[in-house]
Amino acid sequence: MTESRLRADALTLAYDRRVVVRDLDVQIADGSFTVIVGPNACGKSTLLRSLARVLKPQSGAVYLNGQTIASQPSKQVARQLGMLPQSSVAPGGIVVAELVARGRFAHQRLLRQWSPQDEAAVADAMRQTEVTELADRFVDELSGGQRQRVWLAMALAQQTPILLLDEPTTFLDLSHQFEVLDLCADLHEQGRTVVAVLHDLNHACRYATELIVMREGRVLAQGPPAEVMTAELVETVFAMPCRVMTDPETDTPMVVPAGRQRRRMARAGVPANPADRVPA
Amino acid sequence: MSGPGLKLRPSGRSTRLVIRSRGNRLSLRVHLRALIAGTALLLTALGVALVNLSSGDFPIPVSDVLRSLVGQGDPGTDFIVHELRLPRVLITLLVGTALGASGTIFQGLTRNPLGSPDFVGLTVGAATGALIVLLLFNGAGFQVAAGAIIGCLVTSVAIYLLAFRRGVQPFRLVLMGVGVSALLDSFNSFLIYRSRLDEAIAAQVWLIGSVNGPGWTEVALVAVAVAVLLPVALHHGRYLDMLALGDEPAMLHGVPVERSRVVLALSGVGLAAGATAAAGPIAFVALAAPPLAARLTRSPNAGILPAALMGAALLTASDWVAQRILPENDVPVGLVTAALGGIYLTWLLFHERRNRGQGAQR
Repeated sequence: MTESRLRADALTLAYDRRVVVRDLDVQIADGSFTVIVGPNACGKSTLLRSLARVLKPQSGAVYLNGQTIASQPSKQVARQLGMLPQSSVAPGGIVVAELVARGRFAHQRLLRQWSPQDEAAVADAMRQTEVTELADRFVDELSGGQRQRVWLAMALAQQTPILLLDEPTTFLDLSHQFEVLDLCADLHEQGRTVVAVLHDLNHACRYATELIVMREGRVLAQGPPAEVMTAELVETVFAMPCRVMTDPETDTPMVVPAGRQRRRMARAGVPANPADRVPA
Repeated sequence: MSGPGLKLRPSGRSTRLVIRSRGNRLSLRVHLRALIAGTALLLTALGVALVNLSSGDFPIPVSDVLRSLVGQGDPGTDFIVHELRLPRVLITLLVGTALGASGTIFQGLTRNPLGSPDFVGLTVGAATGALIVLLLFNGAGFQVAAGAIIGCLVTSVAIYLLAFRRGVQPFRLVLMGVGVSALLDSFNSFLIYRSRLDEAIAAQVWLIGSVNGPGWTEVALVAVAVAVLLPVALHHGRYLDMLALGDEPAMLHGVPVERSRVVLALSGVGLAAGATAAAGPIAFVALAAPPLAARLTRSPNAGILPAALMGAALLTASDWVAQRILPENDVPVGLVTAALGGIYLTWLLFHERRNRGQGAQR
């Protein structure tokens, strides 16, 4: 039985009266690289925001280190748990180095504004996300991909044992997507617990040690990708016929969506698996 | 590990001065340009204040003013400096400081350059309080000041409650403030309209904002506000920087968002209330001081102190002008700041449009 410093009990989450997540239990295994997948509007970002105590649950609670997260001082939580939100807007006129430096807020005090640890953490975070050479640029004049890496650097500078990432690969081109995922894998190897919401199932299968599959506000499956990811599941969750094969590079499950023709036949009631099809 | 002492971290646009104690237990990080600009503004404010002390119907050499200030002047000079001019000069310094600080706080909290206390209805509310005391209760002096403070507090609470809907959205707060301002403005006009002519003129002079009439009571009033609330605001300045990133990022980085916002807002309200109670609703200092300070320090987050010093420098300079426009009489300083503010706002919008134009071409 693995330990879970971060877990949610009977969580019901809603915006106004629209309930997005109902009565959900979830445990984030310590030291795992957990990836949450699911169709749009299934409540995965909502769940992540609530785990980071940005969204207050309507009922139920999120627990961090055995205590409800809402009852703990903000700074204490922020030293344990960091999050990269889906999108953030920097105030005008702020330069990259300054924004990343603000990621150290939770570690600073009125008379301890800039310790050598702060300086090292900021330099590390900027190097890992390759934004060091952007240090003096204004954040609002960067490209979407550069900006995303700057915000990631700010979250890294926080140096929390638990890191939540809400779609960290959006705005990024293919090679930068993999650089960010590699970085997450490095952080995971260094002992951090990483929880990410991803859209790409194959990225999820390649990097996750633990997969959480959500649909309509519920967890349908949780476990290692190799156990969880099946063609049936993908079809149930995404209403998408597919084949699950073995990724030739990483030996992890690889989801190959069915072609247009077969999807059309599936809709007409022809069995999904080509092997089941009776030859004409 | 680097040792104790001073260290410059040069980095193009945001050079920081880092000061660390032995063993790195304590450290300060200062925006270098803000430090230089702040010092320059402080010296400007004090310098102009000194000029204001020495000039007037009976010019007194600056050296005599200084001698009098340290208690070694002759009785005649002492009377003019201490009784006639010092309250006015102190009021301009303190009111300017309070308005500059209050403006930064509200512009930061609302994330809006128009979110200053004169735009979100606080000074109008203070004016309503003062006018009610002046015109309905025939009050004077300290009573008017008390009316202004109560008016300011009541208005701010009302705006907060009206804008509240599971937390306060900054933009909602600004719009609600503008709405409440319009309402109170018309009520103020109504109060003046129904009053006698001499009362109406007195009320109108108060509404322009003046540092001419007030005495030591008013000095004490704004001095207490600044002495108590400015340190609170400065202490929460780091929260203000974080809140500028947005509520969600601020919360994620450990800022107690609602609590720090309430503390900042209350100190901003208190500073605006103290300033308005002492000198009337002086226009545009709270609006213009923060962005001017930001421009001077070339940093959007130079902090509350440079803006407060900018406010003090702006108001003392405005008062210097106000004393020289008409040969026989002083004009209320609020007229000068309003004119300066108008020029500033026009320039800002003009500049903005030009920048946009360039941005589109890029």
